[in-house]
Amino acid sequence: MTAFVAKRLLAAIPVLFGLSVIVFLMIALIPGDAATAILGSFATPENVARLNADLGLDRSLPEQYGLWISGVLRGDLGQSFTLNRPVLDEVGQRFGATLILAGAALVLSSIIGLLAGIVSAARQFGWADRAITLAVLVGISVPSFWLGLILILAFAVAWPVFPPSGMVAIYGGGGPLDVAHHLVLPAVTLAVVASGVIARLTRTAMLEVLRQDFVRTARAKGLSERHVLFGHAFRAALVSVIPVIGIQAGFVLGGAVYVETVFQWPGIGAMLVEAIAKRDVLLVQGGVLVVAASYVLFNLAADLAQALLDPRLA
Amino acid sequence: MSAVVDAPPVAPATGGKAARRPSSLALLLHNKPAAVGLVLLILVALVALLAPVLPLPDPNATAPADRLKPLFSPGHFLGTDPLGRDVLARLVWGTRVSLSVGIAASLIAAVVGSAIGLAAGYCGRFVDSALMRGVDTLMAFPYILLALAIVAILGPGLVNALYAIALVNIPFFARNIRGVTMGLARRDFVDAARLSGKSEFNIVLTEILPNVLPVIVVTLSTTVGWMILETAGLSFLGLGAQPPQADLGSMLGEGRRLLFTAPMVSLVPGAMIFLIVVSINLLGDGIRDVLDPRLRSGALARPSARTAVDPRRARPSRDPAPGAVLDVAGLRAEFRDGSETFHAVGGVDLVLAPGECLGLVGESGSGKSVTALSLAGLVPSPPARITGGSVRLGGEDLLDAPLSKLQALRGGAVAYVFQDPLSTLHPMMRVGDQVAEAVRAHRRVSRREAEARCRELFETVRIPNPEARMRAFPHELSGGLRQRVAIAMALANDPVLLVADEPTTALDVTVQAEVLRLLDRLRRERGMAVLFITHDFGVVSQLCDRIAVMYAGRIVETGPVDAVLAAPRHPYTRRLIDCVPVVGRPERELAAIPGRVPALNRLPPGCAFAERCERVRDDCRRGEIPLASLDAGRAVRCLHPLASGEAA
Repeated sequence: MTAFVAKRLLAAIPVLFGLSVIVFLMIALIPGDAATAILGSFATPENVARLNADLGLDRSLPEQYGLWISGVLRGDLGQSFTLNRPVLDEVGQRFGATLILAGAALVLSSIIGLLAGIVSAARQFGWADRAITLAVLVGISVPSFWLGLILILAFAVAWPVFPPSGMVAIYGGGGPLDVAHHLVLPAVTLAVVASGVIARLTRTAMLEVLRQDFVRTARAKGLSERHVLFGHAFRAALVSVIPVIGIQAGFVLGGAVYVETVFQWPGIGAMLVEAIAKRDVLLVQGGVLVVAASYVLFNLAADLAQALLDPRLA
Repeated sequence: MSAVVDAPPVAPATGGKAARRPSSLALLLHNKPAAVGLVLLILVALVALLAPVLPLPDPNATAPADRLKPLFSPGHFLGTDPLGRDVLARLVWGTRVSLSVGIAASLIAAVVGSAIGLAAGYCGRFVDSALMRGVDTLMAFPYILLALAIVAILGPGLVNALYAIALVNIPFFARNIRGVTMGLARRDFVDAARLSGKSEFNIVLTEILPNVLPVIVVTLSTTVGWMILETAGLSFLGLGAQPPQADLGSMLGEGRRLLFTAPMVSLVPGAMIFLIVVSINLLGDGIRDVLDPRLRSGALARPSARTAVDPRRARPSRDPAPGAVLDVAGLRAEFRDGSETFHAVGGVDLVLAPGECLGLVGESGSGKSVTALSLAGLVPSPPARITGGSVRLGGEDLLDAPLSKLQALRGGAVAYVFQDPLSTLHPMMRVGDQVAEAVRAHRRVSRREAEARCRELFETVRIPNPEARMRAFPHELSGGLRQRVAIAMALANDPVLLVADEPTTALDVTVQAEVLRLLDRLRRERGMAVLFITHDFGVVSQLCDRIAVMYAGRIVETGPVDAVLAAPRHPYTRRLIDCVPVVGRPERELAAIPGRVPALNRLPPGCAFAERCERVRDDCRRGEIPLASLDAGRAVRCLHPLASGEAA
């Protein structure tokens, strides 16, 4: 197990490196003069000169990367010119909100997706299977930014049980319960697509496992169907579903961009959209780097969970 | 020892099947959801294509006096937006933009991604690792995030959004196409093309590309929906289409500001996006089913908890054999695949006395395993179905028993040992837990007591160091030990009948002998009846009292082992025995049986072996041939049996 963990951690290093190169290249690839593009056409020549010096834009690319990555490793992601504060501070603050939203959505979609997938496989071709298959089709096809609006109209306007936007109530809010209350609609919206994907793959994985010899052995032992499904088949199916959940973490982190915009959730996705509109490239760069790096860690966690579950892997 | 050549159990269903195979399009239209998706998509595409000639108002003509008209207003079927523009007209034109941008992005992703996949898969080595490292890095980003980063670099705009979405989807194509190409690049026909002097580029284009095309189409059909969705999403965020240009996403994004006063302005374009994506996904699932045979319907049908039994099946007329542990009479089982019916078991009778060991022998596809698994309803349904006969265990017909009764018998009175213990034990459970589970399925005992019983069983089957082995996973044990675990599991509740389905076939010869000795000792010590399924006469002679030889789903000869082996009466038995090499007699000629096993969906009338039999006469091909009793408990299903000791 230790060897497996070490191997996976080592394998994550080149991925993180490649990722950092692509994020770094964001600035270098800006068409035209990067400093002017970042600061806008009304920037003073002094500011342009300062930024050029800060980013080392007059040096060679490898030198620029070295300068940038050493800053990143020291926690220096540069200065946001639109917010006038260090990128790291802003990104750190926003990332917390996104983690709450994405984490809730991922947990929710895993529970719904796994259960729906098991039921669907257990009742293959029955009415429950048909209903779930239809729900999955709708779930993976619905634009989350549209679904969010519908949920707001339904549960914040027509039947006002949840707040339509924000993360905390403006007056006297801020407690965990208040956040949870604000979290319901955005988390559900964000969980829909991932639930569909997880349900679909769980169904397939279960159907594949149910044809395996060891399931016949479980039946030959005289185990009840429930025990065969949950105790034997699901355990084996979960091993192939866990990487899918890891990948869904990426879709959830990405999809948060829409959901945060719709529900004005103060997360990193909404921040990125604003920053892109204002062409605050350093802020975009910092946000993308942090989210992408966290996604790599999510997948690493999924790998480890898989190994914990399947002794053949470790 | 094992010498019988595995023959294919079934012949192709029909001679002309390849010619009658329906075309991909016909298959697709036969799939109802896919046909619905296709029709919807064609409708939407038609409307979008015909937008310039449709009698619609100018989508950009503002009319402040007519602002925010509700749905179904005269002249404005879907109402108007805050600038008084006709929503229906804008919807049609927006659909046009969204569809073309989404499809353009898909095509770019497909072309570039496939090119990368082909290059990586065909060239291999450095090219492969360099390209795929890049692709993996792109995939390390959360999907939309990378698109956002690209738009951040290039600046907001519809064309930039298109590039961003295309780039983000390239890895899906590259990965899928690389995998298939790698397999193809090593195939004979590619080598042949190379030898014929074709250039590498030419080979990729003319030999490989046509073969990976289905994969490209499947990947395209599963990603184009996302791509339309995501380009609309970027426009929704204000990063795609910029006014006055409008696609469905930007209409939705702009309309959102009026969500509370005029919800339809944003909900209508969203519904259109949803409609497009749903129909593409419906169609995509259908295309995948047609082009990816592994997933074709029915291939993944889940076996139910027990084999399906026809409640109106023919039941045997004879009385149950007195004192028998197991009495199978007239058992029939068939498999259905589409319109074809395969008669796997065609009326089998078996009787086992307490403590008796019966060897059921036959080639692959003779129906011996289906017979054995049918006893406890373990043949997967679909596709199997028991269509006749009875299986009496202690007087009761198991085929009529409710599932709960069957589950009480499985692993209780009737226990199974299967062929390959690596695949038949749960790979992720400790073997001790698996055995303890078998104990607890039938007895109300604590976990600790079940573990104690497991230890005891491990000692019975002579597993050294049982304490430590109980904590092992199957892959950590040797093949012989795994099979001992499986046997221990079968013995957990002192069965009266042990069904062993080729339990030694997957083992090394020396281990085989050990396991056989173990089984022999156990059955003698415990007075357990054993139904031993094998294709190996050597094993039968070591272990069994009686033998039953199966061919094409029926027993063709049965009797005491020594008598049958010494003087087989059925020509098939004779041939099978002649296939077995004998140690110390290398001069003996090994006779392979000419011809092949008849297709189970095209069984001939009369004797199924007639085609391959040298003694065949006209009457062999006519009518049912009964299993005729001979002397000394023997019986043979042959009109012209061999005389004692006669060669076939």
